[in-house]
Amino acid sequence: MSDVTPDELMAITASRLLHDHKVVFAGVGMPLLASGLARHRHAPHLTIVLEGGIIGTSLLPGKLPISTNEMRAAYGAQMLTDITDIFLYAQRGFFDYGFLGAAQVDMYGNINTSVIGPTEQPKVRLPGSGGANDIISLCNEVLIVTQHEPRRFVERVDFITSPGYLSGGDSRARAGLLTGRLGAVVTDLALLDFEPATRRMRLQALQPGVSVAQVREQTGFDLLLSDALDELAPPSAEEIAIYRELRDGPARVPVEAP
Amino acid sequence: MEHVAVLAARAEREAAGRLAVDKRMTADAAIKLVKDGDHVAIGGTLYSRTPMALVFALLKQRRRHLTVSRPLACYEIELFLATGALDRIVSSWVGIGLPWGLPAVFRHYVERGEVAYDEWSHLAVGLRYKAGAMGVPFLPTLTMLGSDLATRLDLQTVTCPYTGERLAAVPALNPDVALIHAHRADMFGNVQVDGYRHMDVDMARAARTVIVSAEQIVSPRQIAARPDRTMLPHFAVDAVVAAPYGAYPHECYGRYGPDLRHFDAYAAAAKQDGPAAALRYVEENADPGHASFLKAAGPDRLAALAADAEELMPQ
Repeated sequence: MSDVTPDELMAITASRLLHDHKVVFAGVGMPLLASGLARHRHAPHLTIVLEGGIIGTSLLPGKLPISTNEMRAAYGAQMLTDITDIFLYAQRGFFDYGFLGAAQVDMYGNINTSVIGPTEQPKVRLPGSGGANDIISLCNEVLIVTQHEPRRFVERVDFITSPGYLSGGDSRARAGLLTGRLGAVVTDLALLDFEPATRRMRLQALQPGVSVAQVREQTGFDLLLSDALDELAPPSAEEIAIYRELRDGPARVPVEAP
Repeated sequence: MEHVAVLAARAEREAAGRLAVDKRMTADAAIKLVKDGDHVAIGGTLYSRTPMALVFALLKQRRRHLTVSRPLACYEIELFLATGALDRIVSSWVGIGLPWGLPAVFRHYVERGEVAYDEWSHLAVGLRYKAGAMGVPFLPTLTMLGSDLATRLDLQTVTCPYTGERLAAVPALNPDVALIHAHRADMFGNVQVDGYRHMDVDMARAARTVIVSAEQIVSPRQIAARPDRTMLPHFAVDAVVAAPYGAYPHECYGRYGPDLRHFDAYAAAAKQDGPAAALRYVEENADPGHASFLKAAGPDRLAALAADAEELMPQ
């Protein structure tokens, strides 16, 4: 698996968390690839929903959409509705999983995709929430997928675009967010969750060949350690093949080096 | 945040009358309905069914002090910024699209504080139009609570009179003008789309003035043949503009795909030259008018994009 990229590793790890007969609210890019991989491998009845208003999309290998609002996203879909309506399905409790990336994430799973630096005079103005705030507020279980780097895993996010467990404990519920939970954080180094009482991020399992020290080095805050720390199974040849076919289209006969 | 004016918007609609007359006009004539200082809502989402012919006509007018709202905004926002048209952006996301990275021109203006960006969640933008469309001053929701988005916008909450739960109270938005691109319309303004509706229905019903461009102007009989496809009735529409390929270089569901190579060229120029590149784009492409822009793209390019769309449609 030496040639597996961090993106592939994260998508494959995330895909294993998606169960059959569930509904996943996916974004374009890695979340869609992870959801597609699950559907094509172990969860054939997984319904993929996209925020453009698409329910039950199929994926045309090699021609995945790059916007959730474009025609390609509707390929083979069961239903098309409008954007607001899709989020109201989430508010009603129909969506089992929601997927999020993060420019910054803190120990309570709060996510920033708005600004780096001061809010009104930012060093970097990022595009913004899009549906991320709604997904973390309204989906039943949220999966955060992002590369494990100190600049992303920060003590305190510069801006809470999408509220996780806020300041821990029951602060999320006290803010009025009565539904939804953060299920897992998937990175290229590890699988993490949130300890039930404090709601602090906890190391659950390591990617193959990765050490606890390595994870700590790439994390800008103190991580809790699970009592049952595990190692994740490496990506199988089947997982890699399905993932790459979805991304690149049907495999071609490899050209041998001269 | 702009103030909630749902009753005033209703009074205007009440007084405007509902003349079922021929509302066809050119894009340039229709766009004169937009005044300096207006809030203009742009239909479609990101690079899908964007009313680009109308956007180009508006860019050419060099209006000032506009607010533009969109569910997810694409590089058209940067074109307005570069011409000095915008005071405020209301959206949940502004970029070009995933492969093109951070939007250079947007960053230039926002990071210097030269334009206000009211960042809402995607659903909140939708509920703002929906409240405006429903004629109520706000809608309760469970989103945006606990976030810095809410704090920054001074979003208020309401307590449910039945359960005592606290909910976010998302304020109504009634844009001065909505620009919508559709597949078909008749001369009275009965409007049909295929595929996604994005937030267009609520946006248009909330707006005080609605300008619709359409790929095809059809007869009322053709509208009546498929009434389930009609998304806006004639009395909610003020102007109808014939605009084949009117979303190009963005896509129009089932008709033509997006011209991604065109985006590549724009994004590369914007990365290198910033606002100057966006202004040059307006001068070269928007100012001569959308019809010339299509001619410059050429029939082969347009036909290839139509073939891309064809391939994706259900058989």
